[in-house]
Amino acid sequence: MRSSGFGYLSTEEILLPVKPAYVALTLLIALLLNLMPLTGWLLVLRPDFVALTLLYWGIHQPRKIGFLPAWLLGLAMDVADASLFGQHALAYSVMMFGAIALHRRVAMFGVRHQMLHVVVILLLMQLIVLVVRLAAGGEYPGWWYFIPSIVGALLWPATRLLFSIPLRSRRDPDEV
Amino acid sequence: MEYTPPPFFKRGPSLLARLSFFALLSLILLYADARFHYMEGVRKVFGVVLYPLQKIMDVPGDLVSGIGSFFVGQSYLKVENERLARQNFLNAGLLQTQQELIAENRHLRELLGMKERTGPGSTVAEILYFGRDPFSRKVIIDKGSSQKVEEGAAVVDDTGLVGQVSRAFPWTAEIALITDREQLVPVQVVRNGLRAAVFGTGYDGTLDLRFMPVNADIENGDVLVTSGIDGVYPAGLPVALVSNIERNAAYPFARITCTPAAGVNRHGQVMVLARLAPLPAYPTAAPQKKAKQRKSRRDG
Repeated sequence: MRSSGFGYLSTEEILLPVKPAYVALTLLIALLLNLMPLTGWLLVLRPDFVALTLLYWGIHQPRKIGFLPAWLLGLAMDVADASLFGQHALAYSVMMFGAIALHRRVAMFGVRHQMLHVVVILLLMQLIVLVVRLAAGGEYPGWWYFIPSIVGALLWPATRLLFSIPLRSRRDPDEV
Repeated sequence: MEYTPPPFFKRGPSLLARLSFFALLSLILLYADARFHYMEGVRKVFGVVLYPLQKIMDVPGDLVSGIGSFFVGQSYLKVENERLARQNFLNAGLLQTQQELIAENRHLRELLGMKERTGPGSTVAEILYFGRDPFSRKVIIDKGSSQKVEEGAAVVDDTGLVGQVSRAFPWTAEIALITDREQLVPVQVVRNGLRAAVFGTGYDGTLDLRFMPVNADIENGDVLVTSGIDGVYPAGLPVALVSNIERNAAYPFARITCTPAAGVNRHGQVMVLARLAPLPAYPTAAPQKKAKQRKSRRDG
């Protein structure tokens, strides 16, 4: 998946500058997707769209996003999920740290290796939620609890593609 | 690994400092919520903000079910209509005898000088969605404190007790199902009046009847109803059926598993009952009297 010749520099294509409104719009859509009323297997398989979107912006535009949106969206998810207040906020903050700290490193890799980074960060995020709930007297729900992270990592290439479509330059650079 | 720009670019506090700030803030919130339930006000604000988004996301599901019900066959509707008419007829008969029983009960209670048991009014609500938190069993309904749904009220469906309102937002409310790990329902065996407590297990379709001695008079198929001694659930609501009993003399208590009577996963509608009249305060005068007695003894 590396671009020819300059693979060691970066595999990212050059995109248009990102407007804050676009970041906010993607986060709003992700929040709406997370609020979908699902039950049964669909709910088990559903990736955390908000986490995936935050991760995308944290890795690709660390200057355009910070801890505050991640933290506030975490609180919103806690209210919507009827869970402990602050568990997602903590998990998303740590995830944001991972994304911003690793963003140079992740950008060096191809899509498949990026997916490996993403799955580790997402699993860490879910692990924090799990530890918080176990400390508060919860019970381990089962191995399927971690499925959303794996589904989220599998959706990483699609996320990258989808988010970069509006940022592609309209003009052909080879045109004279 | 740490991402540090050259010092001549001003970028505010370091990444680690920012993480520590937000992590600490989250931990404080978590502690305040889990231990003291201080966060209900903030939670309500977020709930109000999220309400319109929630409504938007209910539209696709409603559309799908609307289209689905449009193409229901006529034969199915005919069968359904016949079944409902028959059931309505049976229920009407039962209701007539019940009217008499209610009147008789009121009369007897008046004679004995006992208080009325049921409060006025109850609210029918629709289940919006199931709680997405894998650690608890909760559902969200479409009626809230503005429709007089109160925290702590009992919630039933047409076959039995569903749960209890755990949090009331202005237009929605959270219901902790009786299968939630932290829910406990005081019950009574219909057959012999034995009182016990049913605990949620955290799994759908199973409840535990705990702390019953190995030789307790409980059989498979026994119906458990609410005993009404807690002042939360009205007496006589069906809660569960005993499905499995393990009597092992090596343990002090029998392992009794029950299946809930209500079918939360089958229906979309529930009824929120009005809160009961508060029970009289627990008598606390006893120790005072003792102290007085001791005092008088010492004086005398």
